[in-house]
Amino acid sequence: MEADHTALALIQLGAVFFGLGILGRLAQRIGMSPIPLYLLGGLCFGKGGFVYLGDISEFTELAAEIGVVLLLLMLGLEYTATELFTGLRRSWLAGVVDIVLNATPGVAVALMLGWGMTGALVMGGVTYISSSGIIAKILNDLGRTGNRETPVVLAVLVFEDLVMAVYLPILTAVLGGISLAAGLRAVGISLLVVSIVLLVAMRFGRYVSAVLYSEDREIFLLKLLGSALLVAGVAASMQVSAAVGAFLLGIAIAGPAAHSATKVLEPLRDLFAAMFFVVFGLNTDPADIPPVLAWAIALAVVTSLTKIATGWWAARRQGIGVMGRARAGVSLIARGEFSIIIAGLAVSAGAVENELAALATAYVLLMAAAGPIAARVVEPISRRLRRTPPAPTAPPPRAAKRSLSG
Amino acid sequence: MTPLPGIGVRKDFALRNGQRVGVINHRDGEVELIVSRSDDPDACVASVPLTVDESATLGNLLGTPQLVAQLAEEHKDLPGINTKQLPILDGSPYDGRTLGDTEIRTRTGVSVVAVMRAGQVEPSPGPDFTFTAGDLLVAVGTAEGLAATVKVLKNG
Repeated sequence: MEADHTALALIQLGAVFFGLGILGRLAQRIGMSPIPLYLLGGLCFGKGGFVYLGDISEFTELAAEIGVVLLLLMLGLEYTATELFTGLRRSWLAGVVDIVLNATPGVAVALMLGWGMTGALVMGGVTYISSSGIIAKILNDLGRTGNRETPVVLAVLVFEDLVMAVYLPILTAVLGGISLAAGLRAVGISLLVVSIVLLVAMRFGRYVSAVLYSEDREIFLLKLLGSALLVAGVAASMQVSAAVGAFLLGIAIAGPAAHSATKVLEPLRDLFAAMFFVVFGLNTDPADIPPVLAWAIALAVVTSLTKIATGWWAARRQGIGVMGRARAGVSLIARGEFSIIIAGLAVSAGAVENELAALATAYVLLMAAAGPIAARVVEPISRRLRRTPPAPTAPPPRAAKRSLSG
Repeated sequence: MTPLPGIGVRKDFALRNGQRVGVINHRDGEVELIVSRSDDPDACVASVPLTVDESATLGNLLGTPQLVAQLAEEHKDLPGINTKQLPILDGSPYDGRTLGDTEIRTRTGVSVVAVMRAGQVEPSPGPDFTFTAGDLLVAVGTAEGLAATVKVLKNG
């Protein structure tokens, strides 16, 4: 009996991973982010889907949690504490505009659908946060790393990630349904912890790195994963949200240790994060989607425009030209992993309606797919709008000068 | 210098014609050469990833003529003295050997005043300075001496 169970679980798990591999390949072929396809994959199984995967639910749930921890740990590894501080100083105004413009539509829709303050807090987060993973890939794939508007885009992303470090603990407290006083205390504690960790990371980051670092890949991997899960677990037990704990640990690791940590963790992150998206899809009943689809589309249109406005405004403040402003705005459209993390926290706490999961799924499906496409077509379209002739091939200045003088 | 959080650092400057040229130093040590578009200085027409060797070679190509021109300017009052840049090519007999081994000074009367390597200047290299392929020698001497030195470096 037990052996049968194990065999079935292995077959199901194997089928899931293999299926994800095929979906990922498909995503690569058509040049889009695999996240929407993973979500679709999850929708096809699970509640109300074609096949019910009951035998691996214990494993997948835990794997999804680890996926969130790894996603946030890797996000923290991207940045050093100094980068975060300078980013905060330089771009806080753009960051505030970003929050106001992009959280409001989500909050408004949640209130209109009668999901209460908790639902509003969740949906505001879902529509606010851009996907730094998808956007980093867009910038790299389209060769925009050296563009002048790129620091503006990155600064907005850095600010959003810092906001997450404060928002997630608040969300965790609210979802926990604790009393106002206890909630405020949890928020106070988390703010304190976040500030202390950032300060420590700035001053003593190299000691953290030194303790964790090892030349040996295997030892390094075990130490990294162990410390990430430990920190995440302790953070969760203090009501500060496991994800934020992992994020802060990532920030504290700096220098060459951070670089090799990224390399070591990448395959693990891909595996567990894929599992996370599938589990979120699994827990969403596809039958819930059609009723909220119109709302999802409306939100997608509105929040695309508000993100474009954010990027446009932030880029104009830095003296970037019209085309650059358009590129900056459109680059920011993509939503992805963090919107799902936020919705996932809410769903697993059971504090919101099932429709919220469906709306968040449909919304992210649209935005994760639309983001890269929009980023690709923004240049030709805005050029046509400005009625300038298609990119005059750069007049070679040297040759021109020579013909003048000779 | 513009920090690119999560990516690295961008170092660039505007040319006379308004285009930007520069490099992005990625955090993982990769170097990328960027050139902006002439109709949209915010965007890039090219971003070329360079290996360490490639960026060193590019640095030599760009930096050496300037050094040579500077030295030539200093020597212009001395008729008959020329400054030239001479490469150590792949397959040169002195790839991996020292300046002393070449005996250039004795054989041609030419002085090697500097070696450009990886975009860096090595001034006044001593006799135990070891060449590698890709080095550019900045040499001072007569026209005949310099011509002879080219042959020495190529044929041994």
